[in-house]
Amino acid sequence: MGMIDWDAVQTAEHVQRGEVSAVECIEEALLRIESTNPTVNAFLHVDGEGALAKARFMDHNLTREAKANLPLAGVAVAIKDNMVTTDMPTTAGSKILEGFRSPYNATVVELLERAGAIVVGKTNMDEFAMGSSTEHSAYGVTRNPWDPNRVPGGSSGGSAAAVAARMVPLALGSDTGGSIRLPASYCGVFGIKPTYGRVSRYGLIAYASSLDQIGPLARSVRDLARTLHLIGRHDEKDATSLDVDTIPESPIPTALQSLRIGLPEEYFGEGIDIRVRTLIEKTLDQLRESGADLVPISLPHTRYAIATYYLIAPAEASSNLSRYDGVRYGLRVAGDDLIHMYQKTRQEGFGSEVKRRILLGTHALSAGYYDAYYLKAQKVRTLIRQDFDNAFAQVDLIVTPTVADLPFKLGERDLDPLQMYLTDIFTVTTNLAGIPGLSQPVGLVDGLPVGLQWMGPPLSEDRVLSAASALEAILPPPEWPLSGGIQE
Amino acid sequence: MNLTEKEVRHVARLARLAISSTELSEATQALGRVLDYIDLLNELNTDAVPPTTHVEAIETVWRQDRVVPSLSPEAATANGPQVSSQMFVVPKILDRGEE
Repeated sequence: MGMIDWDAVQTAEHVQRGEVSAVECIEEALLRIESTNPTVNAFLHVDGEGALAKARFMDHNLTREAKANLPLAGVAVAIKDNMVTTDMPTTAGSKILEGFRSPYNATVVELLERAGAIVVGKTNMDEFAMGSSTEHSAYGVTRNPWDPNRVPGGSSGGSAAAVAARMVPLALGSDTGGSIRLPASYCGVFGIKPTYGRVSRYGLIAYASSLDQIGPLARSVRDLARTLHLIGRHDEKDATSLDVDTIPESPIPTALQSLRIGLPEEYFGEGIDIRVRTLIEKTLDQLRESGADLVPISLPHTRYAIATYYLIAPAEASSNLSRYDGVRYGLRVAGDDLIHMYQKTRQEGFGSEVKRRILLGTHALSAGYYDAYYLKAQKVRTLIRQDFDNAFAQVDLIVTPTVADLPFKLGERDLDPLQMYLTDIFTVTTNLAGIPGLSQPVGLVDGLPVGLQWMGPPLSEDRVLSAASALEAILPPPEWPLSGGIQE
Repeated sequence: MNLTEKEVRHVARLARLAISSTELSEATQALGRVLDYIDLLNELNTDAVPPTTHVEAIETVWRQDRVVPSLSPEAATANGPQVSSQMFVVPKILDRGEE
């Protein structure tokens, strides 16, 4: 097994022991990016020189003891381009932020760098995280490393593809309705959306503030745990950041026999690709054989989740995106007067999906419609949360498919926004309820990855990670794309 | 629920978007379809259900009122599309003729 196959923990251990240098780790990542990114387009920006300079500093200036205290020493990480960085541009996949250079770093970037990680680049995404395929980026589509004619999922498609194609062992994404878990599933990597408030959103470009949450994507459960342990900290700069104990650095070994796992009937009904269903059911059998207690449950308001989400998220987005007005940063298009300048700037700077959601959200909040739409959605959100409260009174965790189908072809859902929206049906509920959700690769069908989703009560990430780790141990090691259009 | 182009034009004006006529008809159609789907929520009687505005139970968060380092004016205005003497320049908003 070469460096390319190491996960973040293994990479850090080698650097800590002095068996490889940080420079070697970064060079490996940069070589891999050079060979695979032209096909995949996972990265919008790569700062090879900057990353190598940081690696050289680590190799030359840090003692063995100092490196031993860096849990991610020398680990190359990719950051979704909606988290601000001083060393690289931040565009959120939008033309309206082309060339924007943040004067400060997102808290998660600071925490990762403090742990010895080295940011090599910023990853592609659906513009302002609005999308499920990474086709809605102003800077071109990202392709699925398993099949370049298919989407990687979205909106954190660049981060998921970069990890799957082994350009980097670790990446950060953000998840508002499934934007970490869906691409994790489609690309065959691990990804966790933490409890709302677990990770500081300071420096995360806002989409829907009551739903957005940052989380890691990686090639092992232990990498998710180590990263979340490091970034899941209280931050004074984000008033919604929770002041709670951080999760353990490694998943605590758990016997599957001790777990009562709920299978919600609403997530196993019609509309699931039979190949996905077969593989998920096989995995459920393996959980059962290992002694887990799998019980049927019901989350009766699941069918209302997408409708609820597509009122709440666009409403919050329409407010959040009002800041792009051509005054303080980003694009400005001259107009006859101030209002005209706003209109032309926003018209030219935003892509069609972003405009659609701004219009939808503005409509839902406008005079005469607020009660019928936004307030109604907030009430249904309460019912969806109560479903989970009731479920978690009976079970420790819930397991579902992450997504009902396999990665779709580029352009396939472009013409029908509603069909694209429905892709998120199994992931969007955890955002509405604020609970953690993890997508775990459980195998391939027809050469394409399938993900299984774990959901847990608020702040139960340690339990979710332990269960995923126990399942990881009984499954064959995940495969990574070798050819599939992308040759070594 | 049917949405007219007039309503979408009104919403676009509220959202400060100068959408083209092609976009207007596309948006009217797409939003109409999404709103039709959203009508699903009316199956539920939510009269007695409190809204969830936020999943956290936290109340107003307080912090110490102490001075900490902040951005310099140069850094804060560095991304401005048009800046003069550390100020953002915008088209004039007051009309002299209206007095």
